Amino acid sequence: MGVVARLKQQLFRWRSDGTAPLRLGQRRIFIIPSRGGLLYALALVVMLLGAINYNLALGHALVFLLAGLGIVGMIHTFRNLHGLIVTPGRSSPVFAGETAHFELRLDNDRTSPRLALELEAEQGKPVFAALDRHKGARLNIPLAATQRGWLDLPRVRLSTRYPLGLFTAWAYLQPAMRCLVYPQPIAAPLPPPLPTPAGGERTGDGGQEDFAGFRDRQPADSPRHVAWKASARHAGEGPLLIKQFAGGAQLELILDWQLTEPGLSAETRLGILTGWVLAAEAADADYALWLPSREIPTGRGEHHRQSCLEALALYQP
Amino acid sequence: MSTPARDALDRHATPWLFATALATTAPHALHQPTWLSALSGAVLLWAAWLWWKDRRLPGRWLIVLMVAGGCAGILLEFRSLFGRDAGVAMLVMFMSMKLLEVRSRRDGMVAITLGYFLLLTHYLYSQSIPTGLWLLATMWLVTATLVRLQGGPASPPRDSLRHAGVLCLQAIPFMLVLYLLFPRISGPLWGLPLDAHSGKTGLSETMSPGSIAELVQSADIAFRVRFDGPLPPKQKLYWRGPVMEQFDGITWQPYKGRYRTPQLAPVSPPVSYETTLEAHGQRWLLALDAPTGLPAETSLNGTLTAASREAINERRRFRLSASLDYRFNTSEEAAVLRRNLALPAERNPRTRQLAREWQAGNPPEAIIAKALTLFASEFTYTLRPPLLGRDGVDDFLFNGKRGFCEHYAAAFVVLMRGAGIPARIVGGYQGGEFNPLDGYLVVRQSDAHAWAEVWLEGRGWVRVDPTAAVSPSRIETGIADALDLGEPLPALIQWRADWVRTLRYRWEAINNAWNQNILGYDPLRQRELLARLGLPDADWRSLATALGLACSLIVAGLMAWALYRRPERDPVVRLWQQALRHLARRKVDCAPWETPLDVARRVREQCPELAVTFQPVVDAYLVARYGKSDQALKTLRDAVAQLR
Repeated sequence: MGVVARLKQQLFRWRSDGTAPLRLGQRRIFIIPSRGGLLYALALVVMLLGAINYNLALGHALVFLLAGLGIVGMIHTFRNLHGLIVTPGRSSPVFAGETAHFELRLDNDRTSPRLALELEAEQGKPVFAALDRHKGARLNIPLAATQRGWLDLPRVRLSTRYPLGLFTAWAYLQPAMRCLVYPQPIAAPLPPPLPTPAGGERTGDGGQEDFAGFRDRQPADSPRHVAWKASARHAGEGPLLIKQFAGGAQLELILDWQLTEPGLSAETRLGILTGWVLAAEAADADYALWLPSREIPTGRGEHHRQSCLEALALYQP
Repeated sequence: MSTPARDALDRHATPWLFATALATTAPHALHQPTWLSALSGAVLLWAAWLWWKDRRLPGRWLIVLMVAGGCAGILLEFRSLFGRDAGVAMLVMFMSMKLLEVRSRRDGMVAITLGYFLLLTHYLYSQSIPTGLWLLATMWLVTATLVRLQGGPASPPRDSLRHAGVLCLQAIPFMLVLYLLFPRISGPLWGLPLDAHSGKTGLSETMSPGSIAELVQSADIAFRVRFDGPLPPKQKLYWRGPVMEQFDGITWQPYKGRYRTPQLAPVSPPVSYETTLEAHGQRWLLALDAPTGLPAETSLNGTLTAASREAINERRRFRLSASLDYRFNTSEEAAVLRRNLALPAERNPRTRQLAREWQAGNPPEAIIAKALTLFASEFTYTLRPPLLGRDGVDDFLFNGKRGFCEHYAAAFVVLMRGAGIPARIVGGYQGGEFNPLDGYLVVRQSDAHAWAEVWLEGRGWVRVDPTAAVSPSRIETGIADALDLGEPLPALIQWRADWVRTLRYRWEAINNAWNQNILGYDPLRQRELLARLGLPDADWRSLATALGLACSLIVAGLMAWALYRRPERDPVVRLWQQALRHLARRKVDCAPWETPLDVARRVREQCPELAVTFQPVVDAYLVARYGKSDQALKTLRDAVAQLR
């Protein structure tokens, strides 16, 4: 396997293409007959034998014309990719377990359309594009995000069989693109808030006014608080969920690594912290995030949430 | 059966497949059994209806059952699943049934490959110019279907057709080169099925009243001849076929036994010519009487009929020569003479009575003259003779007095045999039509003829054509002049207006050129052509080299077209693009929306050493493009030149 991988590395010159736009040149386009092409070739051989056997002059001509068509089809398939401009775009962060989308822009500066282009980063999840003359298109290439941290866009295979389907031409793209993957949030009750200097009144998960998220039901919870609709989404396979409400007063939470169960794995603890960040944001609370290596001071809002989630995503235990 | 989404066929691709199936199978309806055409038509209609209503396609088992039923029908009809007609019937059936199960693009590819294959099968039946043109159009359609299938809904019909047209046109140079240079093998590679060459018309080996009159009603071409010298007079153009000696009262047949080698003494100098025979399924060459020079694979039998070793099952060319005046077997075997005097007993008593009366005291020449005078006096030459009874010759000579060449020849031979002169019937063609446009003499089925040959002491076998006595114009100008207007001759022969004739000459000359040069391009012609191109004694290796070279040249031309980018008209933009190409070589590409200043900034970041020379280009370009300086273009040109 190692030898094969090295050979492929040599053959296809895999290396990062950076973030700049690139124009596909003839050196990066590879082409081989497709399965349909092999069937076609087989049919041509049988037809040639038939034409020779029955001495059909026009049969010879037809077979030769079809053979020429095959060669011309190969050049056209190559031309369908050649000169295509690929520009890396942006990607928005996702939570682990979701699908990350990497945006690529394809541009066609030729006076003929380029049809049936297929981009694939992950086996079985192709994206299709057809570019009209002098037109471009933005494509989002899906990739499953399984782990928190930076998710690099792997090699993207850009392939086409247009116009005859007898040959598959492809090029490997490796734009330097990465997507931030936040830890998968785990729903858990928020830790009790700190007594705030302003009021000191007791608030928290016992509040009754604002919806603040869900948590798993524990035996002591009242059946009246079970969120039946939300629980039904898991088709009875997950535990029942309890609606959590937060009190109307201002909250200030410290989401501290130390507050999570020390016996749990680091990833689970990060997941719980992520869940807290989301719940706190939903509850419109002020919150701070304390990780062993980094402390993010109290704040709120989209920017604050993002920096918290980023810190969780990139946390190195 | 589930289909992955990437391979699914979009709804509007299916009508293209229907068009392909229809165009590739419909012409076969001309010659295949009606039930088969009806079956495939019904299946296509059903598939079209299912598509229209957006219904589910039938299950796999139903299709297997239908295919099995169709195969059984073909087996019953043709007694085989292989062979030409049965094989074509199978392909037609598969094509229509395949449309009942096109779910994915892959199914579509199979149907299209089948369509290309079906195109070939049409040539088994006809290779004429119209067939060639029709199939070219069909190939375009099939290719457009393929393009549409691959392009998906983003490819509108006009674009699919246009792209397919470009592809087919670009494929033509390959076809020409391959056609000329591909090492030709003369087939067949293995035994052909029995029905490979059915449906050929031509003279038959036996003759009975009406058999030639039936053949004459076809305007099909029997053979074409080109004389090396001037065209001999028309009344000497007797194209000799089978010689029939045995008579059972109705039918004349050749003698199947052995003859000795014919003794032929030419009197006039030989005339040499090249004949191109259409396939007629028999062995004889229909050589000009009497054949003197024959090609290697042919021979002359005891009755002076030139024959090939195998049946002529496809168009063949032969070089022959003939002597128009000759002496043939001045000394003949007694057995042959006896055979040519025999008449079935109890048949035609009145004719034999008349012959015996003539025989008394008259020399053979006088008897022949009497017979010809009899025909010339009160007989009519017609394609529609009255029906003849058991004593056919008696009926003809004494009651009907109307007949076609076979009647006259038969009656003449019976009279001669009755009068003690050995005589026999020769079948073949007489005359022909000279096409002044290409210098070929065209002989049609309508020129089929039968005449007589009598053996005279000291002179050998002598040709006597009783038809010439009845209707001299038949021999001198042709059958159309010899018959009245109401006769059932093909319209092609009867129309004799000048412009029709010129049109027909032109069409036939084109057809002949097609046959001679394109369909008749065989290993021999290939060698001739290569010798003329300066490749004498080309073996397959030099052919393969020449072929590889020519194909590489075409591929190179096409690649140049594929890689070509249209140059910009504006010199400023052209220079700017030149600079960008230079950047691209250094792995800095410019996105279409990037402004020159953005590019300059990116170059500073990515490739600082290049920025030193690139910055002046950007400045000069901006001035040239948006400023007013006259010197800007020159500055830009210099700056771009500095890049390398």
